[in-house]
Amino acid sequence: MSTNNKNNRREFLKMSALTGGGLLLGFSWFGADAKAPAVVDKAGVAGTGAFNSYLSISTDGTITILSPNPELGQNIMTSFPMIVAEELDADWTKVKVIQAPLDTKNFDRQVTGGSGAVPHSWKLLRNAGATARHMLIQAAAQRWNVLPEECTANNGFVLHSKSSRKLSFGDLAEEASKIPAPTEIKLKDRKDFKLIGKEIKNVANKDIVTGKGLFGLDFYREGMLFAVLQRPPAFGTKIKSVDADAAKALPGIVDVVTFKNNVAVVGKSTWEVMKARKVLKIDYEKDGNIESSSDHDQLFKSLLETGTATVRRKDGDTEAAFKNADKTIKSEYQCPFLSHSPMEPMNFFAHVRADGVELVGPTQTPASAREATSKLLGIPEDKITLNITRLGGGFGRRLKTDYVTEAAELSNLIKAPVKVIWSREDDMTGGSYRPAVRYRFEAALDTSGNMIGYKLRGVGINSGNCTREDNFPSGAVDNLLIDTVEHVSPITTGAWRAPITNFLAFAEQAFLDEVAHAAGKDPVQFRLELLQKAKKAPVGEIKYDIDRMEGVIKLAVEKSGWGSKKGISQGFSVYFSHRSYVAQVCEVAMKSGKPVVKKIYAAADCGQVVNLSGARQQVRGGIVDGLGHAMFGKLSFKDGATEQKNFDTYRLIRMKEIPEIEPYFVDNGIDPTGLGEPALPPTGGAVANAIFAATGKRVKNQPFMEEPVFKSSNKAINKTKHSKLPTSSLEREKRS
Amino acid sequence: MAIYKLHINGKEQEADVAPDTPLLWVLRDHLGLVGTKFGCGIAQCGACTVHFDGVAVRSCMLPVSSVGSSKITTIEGLSENGDHPLQVAWNEVDVPQCGYCQAGQIMTAAALLKQNPNPTYEQIDGTMHGNICRCGAYHRIREAIKLASTKI
Repeated sequence: MSTNNKNNRREFLKMSALTGGGLLLGFSWFGADAKAPAVVDKAGVAGTGAFNSYLSISTDGTITILSPNPELGQNIMTSFPMIVAEELDADWTKVKVIQAPLDTKNFDRQVTGGSGAVPHSWKLLRNAGATARHMLIQAAAQRWNVLPEECTANNGFVLHSKSSRKLSFGDLAEEASKIPAPTEIKLKDRKDFKLIGKEIKNVANKDIVTGKGLFGLDFYREGMLFAVLQRPPAFGTKIKSVDADAAKALPGIVDVVTFKNNVAVVGKSTWEVMKARKVLKIDYEKDGNIESSSDHDQLFKSLLETGTATVRRKDGDTEAAFKNADKTIKSEYQCPFLSHSPMEPMNFFAHVRADGVELVGPTQTPASAREATSKLLGIPEDKITLNITRLGGGFGRRLKTDYVTEAAELSNLIKAPVKVIWSREDDMTGGSYRPAVRYRFEAALDTSGNMIGYKLRGVGINSGNCTREDNFPSGAVDNLLIDTVEHVSPITTGAWRAPITNFLAFAEQAFLDEVAHAAGKDPVQFRLELLQKAKKAPVGEIKYDIDRMEGVIKLAVEKSGWGSKKGISQGFSVYFSHRSYVAQVCEVAMKSGKPVVKKIYAAADCGQVVNLSGARQQVRGGIVDGLGHAMFGKLSFKDGATEQKNFDTYRLIRMKEIPEIEPYFVDNGIDPTGLGEPALPPTGGAVANAIFAATGKRVKNQPFMEEPVFKSSNKAINKTKHSKLPTSSLEREKRS
Repeated sequence: MAIYKLHINGKEQEADVAPDTPLLWVLRDHLGLVGTKFGCGIAQCGACTVHFDGVAVRSCMLPVSSVGSSKITTIEGLSENGDHPLQVAWNEVDVPQCGYCQAGQIMTAAALLKQNPNPTYEQIDGTMHGNICRCGAYHRIREAIKLASTKI
C-alpha cells in the first residue's frame, strides 16, 4: 500500500478511502532522519496493510492518534497524543487514542523500558502535529483567499481574525490533505504550550473504572483453550519423569503436554487446569547448582575479598590516596533478590496456524517477543502478528519473552489457540528476579575532610556490571577504583525497574552520608562541594550534568527546609538515572522507639514535563515503589526454591505504610529526559539517611524491616541531628 | 459439574461449573465479566473484590457453591453509566496508572462508603490496606475516596 515520496520524506502513504474522507498524516517514528509527515489523499485507517504510523483527522473533527508503545501505567497513551495535539492546536476532547499493534516497518522503538519513550519521540511527535497544523492553515487560507500568515490555529479551528472567520479542522481535513507537506516546520515556543506541562487525565480512565477488558488476561476468544505450566520447583533441577494420568482424567482437561522443563495442563477453563495441575506427579533431578540465600551471603563476603574483579573505572592512584589519608571509611551494603510482581500475572495468547502465528498479550518488548517466537518455531516474522494489550504492570518482567514463546510453543504442540496463565505462585517462583547484590565502599579523606579516594566493589548474582561507574561521584574524586565480581547462578534474573540503580543508589547515597558525617560536613554541602570539584577540576570522563544535579539538590533543599526544621530528622539523597535527576529529602519520626517514615520531598529534573498529572504519579509511584521494596522487599532461596510464593509472605507496601510525598519539578526548558524510573533510585538512600538522623543507627541491608533498628525497641538510641553533628560524635568517628 | 443460578448485577445468570470453582473464574471464564481481576488467588491483594449482598469479598477464594441466592455486584454493575461517585472521583483525581487493581480498589471503597458514607482518612486507610496497588497510586486512591464521600 505504500510508495516512496523521494522529495521530503522517507515513506509516503497512500491509503484507501476512509469512511467520510479526511486528512491522514503518516509520520515516521524513526527518530534520526524523521521528516515531515505525508498527506494522503482520501486517506484512511481502515482495511489497509502496511501503513505508517499516523494521526488522522476525520471530517467530523475526530483526531485519531495511534500509540505505538506498550502502556503499563507510565501513561504513554496520554502523553504521546498530548504532544501531537499541542503542536496541532487540536481540541483535546476530540482526540482518540488507539494502541497500535507491533509494526516494526512503521514504528521505531516500540518498547516500554529505560524511561525512553518520550525522550525518543518528543521531536517527532511535535513535528507531526505542527505539520498538520500548517496544512490546515494553508487549506483555510486558500478557501478564504487570504494569506496563510494572517491565519492562526486554535483549539480545533483555523481562524482569520481580520475577517472574523473560522473553520473547524474537520471542515478543512479533506482540503488540507491535498496540500503538500512543508519541508520546514516551525514548532511552538514553549511559553505558548496549552497542553504540555498541564494536568491532563489518563485517556483510559473511563474504561479502567468501569472494568473493561483491557488487559492480556482479559483476552478471550471462542474456542480458545487455557493452560497452566508446571515449571521446576527449584532452580538447578529438571524433569525426570511425569505421570499425568490423574490430571488427564479430570473434567475439562484436554491434554497434558511436556516440553522443555514444563508440564502444560491444557483445558477448557482456568480453574480446571489449575486444579488438575495439583494432581500431576512429577519427579525432578539435579541439573545444576542448587543454591540458597545463606550460601550467597557467604559467597558475597568471600568474593568481596578474593574474587577476580573486572575493573570498570580507574582514576588516579587509590593505593597511594588511602595510604596517605587522614581518615578512611569502609562500609558494606546488601540487597536481596526481588520479584517484579506486577499485579497482572504473566499471560499470553498464542495461535499457531498453518499460515502464520497470532500472538496477543501484555509485553514491554513486542518486537523481541516476535523475533524469539520466529526463531523458536522457524516461522518468518512477517507471518507473525502481535497485538499489544494494556499491561497490568511490568517493572521489567515483561521485557523478557519467556512467557510469550512458551505460549507459542504450546500452541504449536497442541495445534490450538491457547492462553497460558501464570498463577501468582508461578510468577513469584518461576524466575527472572532483581539480582541479589552486595557492595563494599571505601573512602579516603584528607585533613580538610575532602574525599581524595573512593573505592567501590560490587558483587552480584548474574548481575553483570552491578555499578554505574561513570555516575557521580566519579569525576569528582582524584583517585577512584570501581570494579565488580559476578557469580553465575541457575537462578534467573533480569531488569527490574531502574535496573542496578534501584539498589546501587541506596548504597551509594547512604555511604556518602556516612562519609559526609565522618568529614564533619553537612551531607548536602558535602555533595555540592564534590560537584564543584567535578566542575572545576574534572577527573576523567563525566557522564552526568553537574548543573542539573545541582539544580535538583537546591530545589529539594528549598522545598524541604533542609537543616532548618527543629525536632524533625531528615535524610538526603540525589541520583542521576535514565537521563534525569531526582533529589529527595526524607523525614522520619520516632514512634514507640522505632523510626516511621513521615514525608518525602522530591525534586525532579526530567526536562520538560509533558503531563503534570502523570509526572506527579510517576514520582509518587516511583517513591512508593522504592520505599516499599527498601522497607519490606525480600525474595530468599532455600535449596534452589524461593521461600516466598505469594503476597502472604512476600510483602508489598500498602496504603497505611505510605508517607506524604511532595513532588516538585525543575523547569529549565530542556527537552524531556524520561521519568518512569528516575524517582525510584534515590528513595532508599534518603530513607536510610533519615533513619540515621533519627536513631544514630545505619541501616545497610534491605529489607530495612529486618535491621536491628526496626526489630527491637530503640528508646535507648541516641538521637542525632543530621546537619551539624556535635563535635564529640565526630571525634568518635575519627580513626586518626 | 452443576448448574448454578447466580444473581449478578441485577440479572440472573447461569453457569455450569464444578462446585469448588471460585466465583472469580465463573465471572471471568464463564460469564464474560472480566472487570474482576485475578491477582493472587489467596485473598491477599484485593484485585478480585466484588460485593456479596453489599459486602466486599474476595471472589478468588469464594466457591460458587456458597454463593446461593446472594446478590453479587461486580465493577460492571456498580453503576449504570460508570457514574458512581467513586468512578467519577477516580477520574477527577486521575487515579489509575496501569489500572489493573483499580476495579478491586473501587469495589472495596464502594462497600466502605455504603457502611460509612463519611470515613476519616484513618478509616479509609484501614479498609483499603487489604488492596495492593503495585504502581503505588495509594495517595490518589485515598483522595478519590474522600472526594466521593463528599458527593454521596
